[in-house]
Amino acid sequence: MSHLLEVRNLVTEFGVKLGLRAVNDVSFSLKRGKVLGLVGESGSGKSVTGFSIMGLLDRPGRVAAGRILFDGIDLATLSDGEMRRLRGKRIAMVFQDPMMTLNPVLTIGTQMIEAVLAHDPVSKEVARQRSRDALGLVGIPSPEERLSAYPHEFSGGMRQRVAIAIALLHHPDLIIADEPTTALDVTIQSQIISEFQKLTEQSNTAVIWITHDLAIVSRVADDIAVMYAGRLVEMGSVRNVLGDPRHPYTKGLIMSVPSQNRRGEPLRQILGMTPAISRLPSGCSFRTRCDRATEACAVMPDLMAEDHRAFRCFHPMTRIDA
Amino acid sequence: MAISLIRRLIQALFVILAMTVIVFVGVSVIGNPVDILINPDANQAERLRLIAHYGLDQPLWKQYLLFLQGLMHGDFGDSFVYGRPALGLILERLPATFELAISALLIAIVVGLPLGLYAGLHPHRISSRIIMSGSILGFSLPTFWVGLMLVMVFSVELHWLPTNGRGATAEMLGVQWSFLTRDGLAHLLLPAFNLALFKTSLVLRLTRAGVQEVLPQDYIKFARAKGLADRRIIFVHVLKNLMIPLVTIIGLEFGSLIAFSVVTESIFAWPGMGKLIIDSINLLDRPVIVAYLMMMVVLFVALNFLIDVCYTLLDPRVRLDAKA
Repeated sequence: MSHLLEVRNLVTEFGVKLGLRAVNDVSFSLKRGKVLGLVGESGSGKSVTGFSIMGLLDRPGRVAAGRILFDGIDLATLSDGEMRRLRGKRIAMVFQDPMMTLNPVLTIGTQMIEAVLAHDPVSKEVARQRSRDALGLVGIPSPEERLSAYPHEFSGGMRQRVAIAIALLHHPDLIIADEPTTALDVTIQSQIISEFQKLTEQSNTAVIWITHDLAIVSRVADDIAVMYAGRLVEMGSVRNVLGDPRHPYTKGLIMSVPSQNRRGEPLRQILGMTPAISRLPSGCSFRTRCDRATEACAVMPDLMAEDHRAFRCFHPMTRIDA
Repeated sequence: MAISLIRRLIQALFVILAMTVIVFVGVSVIGNPVDILINPDANQAERLRLIAHYGLDQPLWKQYLLFLQGLMHGDFGDSFVYGRPALGLILERLPATFELAISALLIAIVVGLPLGLYAGLHPHRISSRIIMSGSILGFSLPTFWVGLMLVMVFSVELHWLPTNGRGATAEMLGVQWSFLTRDGLAHLLLPAFNLALFKTSLVLRLTRAGVQEVLPQDYIKFARAKGLADRRIIFVHVLKNLMIPLVTIIGLEFGSLIAFSVVTESIFAWPGMGKLIIDSINLLDRPVIVAYLMMMVVLFVALNFLIDVCYTLLDPRVRLDAKA
């Protein structure tokens, strides 16, 4: 089966003169109906990767190099108009903060109907009908009445359901979910995740799930890609990467998640902070925080492939190190 | 809504009362109208007769009580200068000022809003920078100077537009309006533009600031992620959020346009209320001053209420009664 999305050597830069690379040489691919967990700390470039695919980078950000092949079309070469027709129709996005993503002065109905009409030349009545059905689908009670309500009349979880309903309106091939549950209560989080999973599975929609929460990734994703300082450092199936990490950074991330198996031990954390992309060390970006770093790490390691997985490290961990 | 309206009316009543006291005391401190109003050649008997006629022989507090008594019967007192009811004098001049203020406001919105929108959407274009620099000029050039320059260029040098007065007027709803005739419109153009200059800059800068505030919001990004056309995003998503601060300022500024159109009316000899009030202050014509200021208080209270009503229409998160 061919890939639905293939990102090849994507480079996204901010600032024309400085050429700050928020995303540097990132490649991954995604099949129809599969879920990719894109993981990293704040500032690692995972959201920017999502916005690069959507063509929604804020100025002065721009895709400087690489190809984004979506169903055979290179998105980076599309005109603004062509990209607009794709957005919302075949590639949809769900954002982090449901309090901020809905326009406060427009009704839910208006915001849904306009999304339908943006791509399908149907009557307003039909659009309204479809919006109502979509609301019902994501579990919003009495959808007909809720259409004329404003965002502030909804709770956070309900708003995220509305956002998901909007993303699903056109049955897209790909949904980019940028930390869609981070701003929600834990109980609501769980509901939204299962709801989202159910709906995307039903419609065979591929998902890029951007998050810093490994627990969520292990639950929703088929594959995982770990980003650090704009680069992919490890990639592979969830089972392989989380169960048997190669890159010390991935290992560090896993160790900093509280676990039943290590009760009573102090939680291990990765020392130091993610360096700013303007002041990255030469060579491996992680070497200043890595306890396995040697002189060899002063050169940027390539992604090394090893049966169905890849990692960017000269001193990979093995099961014995864990 | 009704409760809120009643509360405001009561508040307005108190403001009006306080204001009348201030005017009575204030005018009596500035000077004695008698010195200005009565012909210096008049004999003593004539003087005393006139002072008694105006009620100026009474102590101030008694004059004030008499004034309040008149108010109860809808009588604002007679002008010292014209000998006619003060309210009638003002209402006669009201349409002229109203017409000027509305024209200025329209110009301000029609010119300021699109330019501000453009400058906000494309902040780095040279044309935007020129617009913004222009708005600084509009802000800082004094109205009287611009007015004089306009007269000099368009009337004196080019002979395109007349210098003063309202020109020919036509009747609508029982009131004379200039904008209904070609000649009147020509007379209206310069003063309206002069009065509008400052407000245009204000609307322009507010709009630009609003656009720059709304654009980075997540809901705009989400709207783009839905694949909406730019036109819809700008004219529905951005503009509707923009209207909230804009309506407040425009509403309040309309009040100030009416209340402070004095300078423009003086330069262009526009027969409006502004000119009347300046003349009245010079002549210490207390009844006219009081009546005028009372009208202004009512105007501002009414405008504020209207703005609040607009708020509830524009912003679903605001409900008037909830503020109680």
